[in-house]
Amino acid sequence: MSATRSTSSRTAMEASRAANEPRLSVEQVSYAYTPNPQQAPIFTLEATGFQAKAGEVIAILGPNASGKSTLLQIISGALQPLSGRVLLNGFVTHDLEPRTRGQRIAMVQQESQLLFPSKAWEFVMQGRHPYGKSLRFETADDVTIAKNALAQVGAEHLSDRWMDQISGGEKQRVILARALAQQPLLLLLDEPTLHLDIGAQVDLLDNLRRLAAENRYTVVIVTHELNLVGEYADQVVLMQKGKCLRVGAPASVYQRDLLEQVFQTQLTVEMGSNGRPRVNILPGA
Amino acid sequence: MRPLTVSRLFVQCGILSAILFCVMVAALKFGAVHVSLYGLGRDLLLYILGKTTEISSDYSLILNLRLPRIFLGVLVGASLSIAGTSFQALLRNPLADPYVLGVSNGAAVGAIVALLLEPRLSLSPEIASVFTPLGGFLGAGVAITAVYFLGRREGRIDSNTLLLGGVITASLLSAIIILLLTTMPSSNVRGMAYWLMGELSAVPSRPLAWVLRVGFFVAAAVIYTTASDLNLLLSGEKEAMHLGVDVRRVRLVVYIGASALTGLAVAMSGSIGYVGLLVPHVMRMIFGSDHRILIPASAFGGAIVLVMADTLARTIAAPAELPVGAITAIAGAPLFIYLLRRKLA
Repeated sequence: MSATRSTSSRTAMEASRAANEPRLSVEQVSYAYTPNPQQAPIFTLEATGFQAKAGEVIAILGPNASGKSTLLQIISGALQPLSGRVLLNGFVTHDLEPRTRGQRIAMVQQESQLLFPSKAWEFVMQGRHPYGKSLRFETADDVTIAKNALAQVGAEHLSDRWMDQISGGEKQRVILARALAQQPLLLLLDEPTLHLDIGAQVDLLDNLRRLAAENRYTVVIVTHELNLVGEYADQVVLMQKGKCLRVGAPASVYQRDLLEQVFQTQLTVEMGSNGRPRVNILPGA
Repeated sequence: MRPLTVSRLFVQCGILSAILFCVMVAALKFGAVHVSLYGLGRDLLLYILGKTTEISSDYSLILNLRLPRIFLGVLVGASLSIAGTSFQALLRNPLADPYVLGVSNGAAVGAIVALLLEPRLSLSPEIASVFTPLGGFLGAGVAITAVYFLGRREGRIDSNTLLLGGVITASLLSAIIILLLTTMPSSNVRGMAYWLMGELSAVPSRPLAWVLRVGFFVAAAVIYTTASDLNLLLSGEKEAMHLGVDVRRVRLVVYIGASALTGLAVAMSGSIGYVGLLVPHVMRMIFGSDHRILIPASAFGGAIVLVMADTLARTIAAPAELPVGAITAIAGAPLFIYLLRRKLA
């Protein structure tokens, strides 16, 4: 299990160094999207910052076009911020080598479209790609890690199924398993619940919560599912029109006036018996 | 879970190379002059051992005419198929192939211009012999570079824009081809028409053959080093990037490699359609979409298909010869429609 060993020793080393500092540090990053340099930017993300520890689940919450996915792309290192920086265990994510970045940061996109269908296990095995040279053949370790990843999301039985022949919820599990096979420090998810029914949404969030605790991942999830975030997130980053309005625990961010103003709808906020906020939308009120 | 292993790769390539060998032997045997398999085997051995004086005249003719042509077919077929496989993965479009991207028409314009210029420039015989293929190669290079720049949007390659750019370039170039052909002396038009349809009868001179061989192996090897990156590119550039692929580098390497393979193939044999489009699809159905096996399998598949098609082209109306591009198109178009309908069903 050399791959597992090297990853665990790396994780241990980095964990000890980062014992007293947050694993993920988003330091006042901003961004401007300009299709034509001569024109004013059509979208700007104003300085946004937050910090996260290992094992924490962070939710970036906001209505459409509030800059959630842009912020996630900046955190992943795929986009270079206009100002500020994102540090993962002290390293600037944008400056990491593609392979190193693939070993530390895993991203689950809104939709994973396949041009030519592959089997679920082949898809999960792609998560091992950052651990080898260009032309690599998978080792027995890779197979074990991929099998474990599928088991962790309860999808072992899907291993030999074709990706285009499984349901949306099953597909989402396999996509999550591929991210786990990367053995990352930081797990990023861009609206992973978009095409899932409520049962599959709860199932996914349950899985994420458990995985973050078991594997000490830092999870950052972009969504507009208020109640799921209220139930599962440790911290919420509330965004609107490219501005970060509030960062904090769901109970402190979920204030009726603030949410009504952000989501442009009337609602009520109640505290559940577990100390987590619940939001009720008041249609037509 | 059965990930691809080196031994399985070798076994599968071994089977394909055995099939290719059988097809090559059959291609040697069939033709306007009939020869026995035994005599062929004996003289082939003598040929390999360098005892060419002991070979009978009939067989000598076959080995000197058919064998180089078969080798040309192998290299051209393999080049077109590898280029097709690479372009399909790179552009994430199952319809991408060297011809859709306008490369063959670029090569045709280059070759016709070379053919028109040749009598006006007093060239030495050595240069004159490579002048048309050189024109074709340069034409292919100019076309693919133009399409590349047409496909750039906001500083990055957009697959759909690139493909559309290819289609537009191809149609513009085909108009130029028609204009150039009307200005050509009629004696040249027939040869040019064969070249436009694709043919393997113009076996390259020795130095040119070496350029083709070295160029093929270098480009194919360079593309093959990106095989597992191409697997990830099938899920999209963003996903590939998040899985550790240096997308920019892979795109550049594969684009240049596949363009070079196409340029070499078209310069040697003219426009042979459907091989680069269909062989990768058929191989994907047999071997799956893992490029570590798909690239070599497509290379063997392309070689097998083209050598078979050329044997048909030589024998079907013997002693007359048909352009091999017509054979691949006649066989390829219905197969393509079948695959398309099968996928839709």
